[in-house]
Amino acid sequence: MQRFIIIRCFYALVVLFIVSIIVFALARISGNPVDVFLPFDATDAQQEALERDLGLDQPLPIQYLKFVGNALRGDFGDSIKWDGQSAMGLVGQRFPATMQLAGIAMGISLLIAVPIGVLSAVKKDSVFDYIGKIIALAGQSLPPFWLGIVLIFIFAVQYDLFPTSGRGGGKNLILPAITLGWFQVAAMMRLVRSSMLEVLDTEYVKLARIKGIVEWKVIWKHALRNASIPPLTFFGIVAGQLMTGAVITESVFTWPGTGLLAVDAIRSRDYPVVQAVVISFAGIYILSNLIVDILYAYLDPRIRY
Amino acid sequence: MEITAPVRKPSWYSPSVIANIGREVRRYPLIPLAILLLILIIPAFFAQNISPHHPTRGQFSERLTPPAWQEGGSSKYLLGTDKQGRDMLSRIFHGAKYVLIVSLTVIAVSGVIGVSLGLIAGYFGGRADMFIMRGVDIALSIPAILLALAIVASRGPSFGTVIFVICVILWSRYARQVRGEVLSIKNQDFISRAQVAGSSSFRIIIRHVFPNVVNSIVVLATLQVGFVILLESSLSFLGAGIPRPTPAWGLMVADGRELVVTAWWVSFFPGIAISLVVLSLNLMGDWLRDRLDPKQRNL
Repeated sequence: MQRFIIIRCFYALVVLFIVSIIVFALARISGNPVDVFLPFDATDAQQEALERDLGLDQPLPIQYLKFVGNALRGDFGDSIKWDGQSAMGLVGQRFPATMQLAGIAMGISLLIAVPIGVLSAVKKDSVFDYIGKIIALAGQSLPPFWLGIVLIFIFAVQYDLFPTSGRGGGKNLILPAITLGWFQVAAMMRLVRSSMLEVLDTEYVKLARIKGIVEWKVIWKHALRNASIPPLTFFGIVAGQLMTGAVITESVFTWPGTGLLAVDAIRSRDYPVVQAVVISFAGIYILSNLIVDILYAYLDPRIRY
Repeated sequence: MEITAPVRKPSWYSPSVIANIGREVRRYPLIPLAILLLILIIPAFFAQNISPHHPTRGQFSERLTPPAWQEGGSSKYLLGTDKQGRDMLSRIFHGAKYVLIVSLTVIAVSGVIGVSLGLIAGYFGGRADMFIMRGVDIALSIPAILLALAIVASRGPSFGTVIFVICVILWSRYARQVRGEVLSIKNQDFISRAQVAGSSSFRIIIRHVFPNVVNSIVVLATLQVGFVILLESSLSFLGAGIPRPTPAWGLMVADGRELVVTAWWVSFFPGIAISLVVLSLNLMGDWLRDRLDPKQRNL
């Protein structure tokens, strides 16, 4: 077990290392930062002075180490677009909005995916199964950004039930949360279904039935509990999808979270902010994958290296 | 004693023959195929010939014309025009070309890389296997959109970026799948016989292993195309994919976002095109999987 955790942590670090190298390399490719800060008629001496100030005269590995050192302290430099604010500070400011949206979206998708997944497994080839299949197919085929726009058109423009964009009361949350939750529903439901099918076929479920336990208890208590292990791993993927989804959903609904920040920063080539968002999202993503891996190994002792 | 059943030869026009043809035809996913032909394949090859207007030059005086059947629409622009007076239908037709180019390139490049690495990892095992599978783990945990955002922020959007980013994550899926299958094929008799007969590893992989995994690769690739199209259009929607003014479907949806109150058709039709194409591809993939690779049916 310990060995497993150590190996997993090591991989997580490797991934983080690769992401940081990519981000660092891209910052260097994107052009000499000196050109951005200096006026056109700057002399060579001025240029060299600035390069020394920024540490650009040092070899690349040292520059990279400095970058990592600063990054560990949460220092990615100041934003270019939002004057004088630190890039990481901006990410921190916007983060609660994203978390709120992601939390509600998660709740909505669980609320839809688990019951339909379970019912379509229990009553195989029934109406539920059919509905489940349609949702799964639609979930894989409808582009989420477009779904958001269609939802806005129907519920905000035609029926005027919800606002079209922005953050505010509970009403503002519903459409974006549905759009973001939609990302997960299909995959989550399929996973619940297939793992329920597997569990329903086992001896202990049959035993529970023979003992005369009420059918709903057998399904929702005995079977579902055991069937929820495989979907758990999925939460690692969900974490990634939520972030991907947050970027898209927030830009559809102009929800002032970290995802919208990233998109705005790209449009204005605000590289420090993009760096801060990418690194912090990647960090969360890697961390949640790591936690899920470890949790999974605890829950299912057959998983080992 | 002889038992003779009365055999009636079906003539070609008899109902049973027609019913048979019907059954034969229904075995193929005709509707998805028709949709794909109509909005993806034919437009991709013949966009210049079939689209009524120029995809990127618009008539500014006729901007935001509604679709033909709506009040104020004209039969000149069947699906209406966008903010710059460009014909939606022509733009969708031309967009099909880019969908096809990007998805086929990505599938081909990541497929070749992923399948070769999967074959190597599965067949040789040991250190090569470990190395490649760690690569797969890492590739699977790189968040694609973030990578794309980082690249685009420093280099600007381009076709190369889109293709590169999607390939970086996609190859791993092929590698994982192929490796798994090779592992189960490797221990079968015909492989050891080929080894005894003195075939080289390269020859065994190409002649004996690869043909046995080809079906599942085809299935996987078909199911991936939809995913690639969705990812590409998401990136384009965010401004991190195909650059303007290329009529990419994702970009067109993005153009319509701010117009949703006044001109719903600008984002609606390209989105429908994406949905239908991806839906048909997924249906085709499911069908292919049932035909070629039935063991995966319950996944």
